Amino acid sequence: MNHQKSRLFSRDRRLSDLITAHPALLSLLTRLNISLGFGDRSIADVCEASDVDTDFFLLICNVYTFNNYVPSTATILGTDMSGLVPYLKKSHKYYVEKRLPHIEKHLDAIAQKLNGRIGRVFISFFEEYKSEVAHHFAHEEQDVFPHIDGLMSGKADTTYVIGEFIDTHSDIEGKLDDLLNIVFKYLPPQVDDDNVLDVVYDILRLSEDLKKHTFIEEKIMVPLVKHLEKAILK
Amino acid sequence: MKQRLLIAEPSEVIVDGLKSILEAQIRFKVLEPEMDASRLAERLLATHPDVVLVNPTMVDNLSKLRENCSGAMVALVYQYIERDELKNYDSIVDIRDSRAVIIETLTQASPGEQAANQGNYELTKRETAVLVQLAQGKTNKEIADALNVSVHTVISHRKNITHKTGIKSVAGLTVYAMLNNLINS
Repeated sequence: MNHQKSRLFSRDRRLSDLITAHPALLSLLTRLNISLGFGDRSIADVCEASDVDTDFFLLICNVYTFNNYVPSTATILGTDMSGLVPYLKKSHKYYVEKRLPHIEKHLDAIAQKLNGRIGRVFISFFEEYKSEVAHHFAHEEQDVFPHIDGLMSGKADTTYVIGEFIDTHSDIEGKLDDLLNIVFKYLPPQVDDDNVLDVVYDILRLSEDLKKHTFIEEKIMVPLVKHLEKAILK
Repeated sequence: MKQRLLIAEPSEVIVDGLKSILEAQIRFKVLEPEMDASRLAERLLATHPDVVLVNPTMVDNLSKLRENCSGAMVALVYQYIERDELKNYDSIVDIRDSRAVIIETLTQASPGEQAANQGNYELTKRETAVLVQLAQGKTNKEIADALNVSVHTVISHRKNITHKTGIKSVAGLTVYAMLNNLINS
């Protein structure tokens, strides 16, 4: 554990070093309200200038980078979490408005090359997936996030408890993995073009990102909310 | 690993003929044949063969038998048998088949052979049948009824299908089935 802790990112490192070591973190920056052009400033300096809590920023970056890292409850409770819900909302928007349309564009091009009927089933598979994702996110934004906002502002809300979230939180990465298998293993050779490779990379990237997103919800958001619920019901 | 094979057949002449062909094959360990229909269920439970080559006239209820034995059920046919009855077997051996065809059919049907034969991720006939029903929107229970097997067996086939294809969701498997021309709509 100590060994692992020493590897985590710290506030005094240059932000540019962090990105060079883990380019995948670039996609997190806008979602965390940090713009490019940060030069050689440290993580702490950039966060302060962007009005982002440094510990919160590091927590998210560490979770994204180190697969075995599970922040302790003490770490979670010791961090300013006011940025969590806005971050999760921005991530939803990023998936729905940026990543999924990218994938869809490639899938449409692929479907053009498939026989009409198969092409339509192929597209409707993705349509179905998109509506599952929309449904999943809508539930979180309508029920879960307002609950958290309420708790954070000290209001007791008994109509919803986070236990329900744990029971019903569904897996939205599984179907992406199915899509990945279909695209690179089972499409007929006549559709082998750049779209196939592009969409495979896009799906892999989104799938990884969603796994971390789920992890943040289940291993950071849920313990935080459980703690807040207990505290307010006392 | 040798595949343990049980011959269930009432005719002594046919049992001896099959034994002489199959005992020469190193891939099969031929168990003591069962010639008495009333004892078949019990034998399956006791010996757990990998492959059962069985005369369908000895079988009252195939899905009941499958509950006793997870091995492949291969029908041994030398007289007229209802098609509906035969479709529930994993494979069919016709007594008029050549020696090589009989051996090949039994080898293909044996589960151990498929696991050992690395890189063979082709779906078996049985798995394909389950996949087609799944793609048509049937539930595990409906598939079990249609194929005359237990729900447990259907679930085990579904696990194998997912393991082989890497596809978990029914929607994904439907696309797979269409791309492979297994279903039309």
